[in-house]
Amino acid sequence: MAWTWFHRLASPPHVYALAARLTPWFAWPAAVCIVAGLYGGLVLAPPDYQQGDGFRIMYVHVPSAWMSLMVYTTMAVAAAIGLIWRMKVAHAVAASCAPIGASFTFVALVTGSLWGEPMWGTYWEWDPRLTSELILLFLYLGYIGLRAGIEDPQRADRASALLAVVGIVNVPIIHYSVVWRNSLHQAPSVMRLAKPAMPLSMLTPLLLMLLGFTLLFGALLLVRLRGEVLARERTASWIREAVEG
Amino acid sequence: MNASSANPAVARLPVAAPSEAGIASAPLVAARLTLLRDLQLAFRKPAQLLQPLAFFALVTLLFPLAISPELARLREVAPGVLWAAALLASLLALEFLFRDDAQDGTLEQYALCGQSLTWLLMAKTAAHWLLTGLPLALIAPLAALSLGAPPAALAAIVVTLAVGTVTLSLIGAIGAALTLGIRRSGALLSLLTLPLSLPVLIFGAHATQLAIAGSSWFAPFQLLAALAVLAVTLAPLAAAAAVRISLE
Amino acid sequence: MADEMLKAEALQLWRGERHVLRGVDFSLHGGRCLEVTGANGAGKTSLLRVICGLIYPEEGRVLWQGADVRRDLRSFHARVGYLGHEPPLKSDLTARENLKYWIGLRCRLARADLDAALERVGASGWCDRLVRTLSAGQRRRVALAGLALLSVPLWVLDEPTTHLDTEGQALVGTMIAEQLQRGGLVLAAVHHELPLAQQYRARLELPS
Repeated sequence: MAWTWFHRLASPPHVYALAARLTPWFAWPAAVCIVAGLYGGLVLAPPDYQQGDGFRIMYVHVPSAWMSLMVYTTMAVAAAIGLIWRMKVAHAVAASCAPIGASFTFVALVTGSLWGEPMWGTYWEWDPRLTSELILLFLYLGYIGLRAGIEDPQRADRASALLAVVGIVNVPIIHYSVVWRNSLHQAPSVMRLAKPAMPLSMLTPLLLMLLGFTLLFGALLLVRLRGEVLARERTASWIREAVEG
Repeated sequence: MNASSANPAVARLPVAAPSEAGIASAPLVAARLTLLRDLQLAFRKPAQLLQPLAFFALVTLLFPLAISPELARLREVAPGVLWAAALLASLLALEFLFRDDAQDGTLEQYALCGQSLTWLLMAKTAAHWLLTGLPLALIAPLAALSLGAPPAALAAIVVTLAVGTVTLSLIGAIGAALTLGIRRSGALLSLLTLPLSLPVLIFGAHATQLAIAGSSWFAPFQLLAALAVLAVTLAPLAAAAAVRISLE
Repeated sequence: MADEMLKAEALQLWRGERHVLRGVDFSLHGGRCLEVTGANGAGKTSLLRVICGLIYPEEGRVLWQGADVRRDLRSFHARVGYLGHEPPLKSDLTARENLKYWIGLRCRLARADLDAALERVGASGWCDRLVRTLSAGQRRRVALAGLALLSVPLWVLDEPTTHLDTEGQALVGTMIAEQLQRGGLVLAAVHHELPLAQQYRARLELPS
């Protein structure tokens, strides 16, 4: 029984229709969570005793950073499925993830930089998390660049899938090496928040934003996936019925 | 029945016997033959070997000119300069790893010869390291001295670079295999390989820094060696998969 | 070796948007040569590469002696000799050194066998010169010598007579005939007919 579900998921027309049906289920809850989270974080939560109002950028920065990693993981898992079981749809999912993940990474870097400015007076700090984010951005760009550089679409799929798998294995190693490097120098961290625990009024909006961003990723992925499937299957017969019907 | 129009004086073609040792030992034999052949080929065109070394020397020369001729200041940046230059030089050298073999159909034959592609690529990468990474490590003392490193640190520099370039060659092999046949792939190859090579840069530069300061450089060196072991185990598999993908 | 059988079942292959192989079926027994013909771009080389296992077809499979070759690709490869468009010879090595390497990768080679093979293709005079100095026809002869030395049941040849003069083409015909007489199989992509007796031949035309 489970295998029929899996095999149906491999069929492009089925996925195209499924993605269309599921998108609203992700998009609307995402909008609600993000609006609620932003309201809670920007308006309701009290100012941090150390950082004043500047810490509020965390409500965009932390979810973006979290998503940048989660999207890369999703991309790598989809890539591995595409490589092992030779599923075209899995490769389409991986291809759809890449620009979304790169955008999240970019947002995380920009918001991280903006967070640093009022605190430390500089727009950039070689903080381990920011450094890892920057390296992650290059990993995304490498993936997108490899896809763009190979003409044969099947080879582009498989080569970039292998790169994604190699990348995900390396991400913990790279992150650890950056953290290790910074620990030797006791470089200041932009991310110090009130310890030991964040009060609930600060934490809840953050969790809402995390959930909202995850749902947003889902919605964006489904939209991009439909576009990818259309582009890949443009000569197939089911396209005409699906687009006209 | 017999359609042969051959000269009857020429004997019928004798048939080569399969290896008596059996298939089990064959991967290592094939790997050894490939390693020796790559070395043989390189020495028939020795000028190519000097290019990455010259590049390395040139890059280290940039910094005294660009920063400051004072040895005290150079000594501070020496670890970073040496390792960044080694990283860039090994990137340059990666071009020679698969380019010729991809163009003349050798890689295709490797995939079809019934031997383990992983072992063959490991042999090729080993030859590549012997021809580029190891010589780089051996001439690094000259560059290090020119940047103000104390003679006591030179042994550490050679050892750490020798081990670090092993990992760099292996990671580079994956990138080179992925970008086979792409026109003007130099920039893309750098974009793929450099992020993955950063841990080597970090640990290697730190070990060099400690050695120059006279402290024990064992801890980062251990990490560098661990990375090399991990790379030797996993990278040839990934490179073989990448080569097969490029042949499809 | 007479029972070797190569079978292709309903092979479908797309390259990008082009439907290159549309349900290719054939069956090849020992002692026969299958000539694959078709216009440029019809998919001859792709078919050969699918048979060798280099390319994965979207549908269909290749069987060697009844078993799917994908189950144990490496032992299938041990029984295949593939000759592509360009022989994989290194310009900076001699013909002899090149052959010693390629055969040595797969099996032990006696010097006498190597010498005899080089003589067979007429290379004795120039086999110790660097490949860079050889003509395209000479290189192809060296590749043929290597193929014969492998002593494998299946030969997969992509336009084997390219660059060869009439004498060279006759040599190809003779070598293929000898391979067939040993019970081997030959699969060749060709533009013109091979110089072979009719009874050995089968033909597969690929539509463009």
